[in-house]
Amino acid sequence: MREAAVVSQPNPLQRIPGVAIVLVLLITLFSVIAPGFLSVANLSNVLVQSTILTMLALPMTLIIMTEGLDLSMGAVLTLTSLCVAIVSLATKSMLLGLGAGLLVGTAFGFANGWLVAILGIPPFVATLGTLGMAQGLSLIVSDGQSVVGIPHSVRDIYSATLFGIPVPIVMALVTYAAFHGLLYHTRFGTYIFALGGNREALRYAGLSPNRLLIAVYAIGGAMAGIAGLLMTARMNSGHPTAGLGLEFDAIAAVAVGGTSFERGNGWLLGTLLGVLSVGVLRNGLNLISLPSSVQVASVGVLVIVALFLDGLRSRA
Amino acid sequence: MTDITKEAIMPPRSFLSQDAIQVFYRLLAALLICAVLAVLSDSFLSLGNILNVLRQASLTFFIASGLTLVVLTAGLDLSVGANVALSACIAGTVIHKTGSPALGILTGLACGGIVGLLNGIMVTALRIPSFIATYGMLWVLNGLTYWYMAGETLHGFPAGFRQIGSGYLFGLPIPIYLLLVFLGIGTLFAQRTIWGQEIYAIGANPVAARLSGIPVARRLLLVYAVSGTMAGLASIIFLSRLNSAEADIGESLTLPAIAAVLIGGTSLFGGVGTVFGTFIGALILTLVLNGMNLLSVSANWQPLVTGIIVILAVWLDMKTRRRAQ
Repeated sequence: MREAAVVSQPNPLQRIPGVAIVLVLLITLFSVIAPGFLSVANLSNVLVQSTILTMLALPMTLIIMTEGLDLSMGAVLTLTSLCVAIVSLATKSMLLGLGAGLLVGTAFGFANGWLVAILGIPPFVATLGTLGMAQGLSLIVSDGQSVVGIPHSVRDIYSATLFGIPVPIVMALVTYAAFHGLLYHTRFGTYIFALGGNREALRYAGLSPNRLLIAVYAIGGAMAGIAGLLMTARMNSGHPTAGLGLEFDAIAAVAVGGTSFERGNGWLLGTLLGVLSVGVLRNGLNLISLPSSVQVASVGVLVIVALFLDGLRSRA
Repeated sequence: MTDITKEAIMPPRSFLSQDAIQVFYRLLAALLICAVLAVLSDSFLSLGNILNVLRQASLTFFIASGLTLVVLTAGLDLSVGANVALSACIAGTVIHKTGSPALGILTGLACGGIVGLLNGIMVTALRIPSFIATYGMLWVLNGLTYWYMAGETLHGFPAGFRQIGSGYLFGLPIPIYLLLVFLGIGTLFAQRTIWGQEIYAIGANPVAARLSGIPVARRLLLVYAVSGTMAGLASIIFLSRLNSAEADIGESLTLPAIAAVLIGGTSLFGGVGTVFGTFIGALILTLVLNGMNLLSVSANWQPLVTGIIVILAVWLDMKTRRRAQ
């Protein structure tokens, strides 16, 4: 069966139903039971709020395609968000803050890749370890307190608009375009399919699967750095627990989007629809004033159902 | 590929002698840490502190012992911490409402066991990889617990119930007796019963286990249910020790439990490890954290250190096993 998956592009038609149906069902449900859901203000709110998740879910798709997982993403995002806050507070420069976030995020991504590829530690445990490390470092650098008083240049990123479109959405769209180009139109993208589908083939082709794997995890870390800037801008502060658990929403989006955990097949547009499904679910439950705890539980159920369906499909 | 088949052909019992050596090394490590701490801190060797270490280690051990069985089957249960929180909150409510500790204890154990069983069903019947199924369960349980508690704290339980976690018998804390009991039961179950040996066989090679007539799915269900029930037990000890229950008590429990299992020499790839090793693992982890505490290192450092220990433990395990072959 694994041989059959060699560097094959996924068949979108087979998948569109799953995640699109979920999204349409959720939108229909909430436009009936949640007053104000369909208003332009609320829908654009859903989109803006989904941007941070998009930045995590896209690289998570690549990582899961390599039969990997990154549980540390939420904790790393928290740490990079704190780095952005602390550095931009000290230097009054948004770019230096972003640079610090990118640096720390990429370092963590690189470390994850190194642990998984070179040391051969199973990804879920390696990244669980780095989750603890990032969480610990967040507590240490912030001393458990919020970092407040960050400069306007950071805060404005979340509220500014470009040609009438909120900047976070522009950033998310650019990110999507970049990932789409990377995965479907470069050699590197083809190698990513092969990392999950047939790693031996890469070796026979004279490529180093380890280096590619490290690159994939490093991209994840770097994206957590950029998302850290958005997080700090959104909260107008750095907080030591800000992004904890966000990796779960990202995994949920990927799973709902139809990327398989076991055969190296991924679908970026599916992930994007998955992100919107998670965003709509959380927003809708929020509108009918269910607490965030219920939202968390619902996302958990969503993941388990999606994985169950994925399992059914793979057996069919 | 060849090493995997080599391992699978060897019957699990032949690992026992190697296990004994591994456990011996870990005991040495624990003693070494003790020696260092005794030099660095005056209060480390006081009876009060040593009993405190053992009591803390017992809590980690209860969660980690059930988890050991799961890891022996090459699975993972990431939901144990969240399970402790939910079970503690539900058991606490039952005690408050009925005034009966016995009923509360039963509810806590049952709640933990049912969650474990659901994990087992997801892994066996729905064939979801265990780490992702139990990770989903983690968030479902977290959500349920926070929703159920709605920011409230349960506080104040009957004195008799509080004895379980904070009482003494012949000068020793009661959790230490429970620790010995479950260490004994766990070791006997894993090493001396057919079911225990079947669990090792499933971890070493699931296909060979199925072909040799072991009911793999039923054993896996059992293993996850046991892991959940032990989380339920830990929740009871927690409840009676803290004399309160909050929704967030489980958040810092999962990583230490996994760390204890891995430090104890149980391999993530299944089939290798002992419950006694996990006890030593829990002891080593608790000693390190206790030492940091005595040396007045901020508690903020604990997740960082635990994370590093998890990665080191897996890496060492893989290194020693590679050399052994």
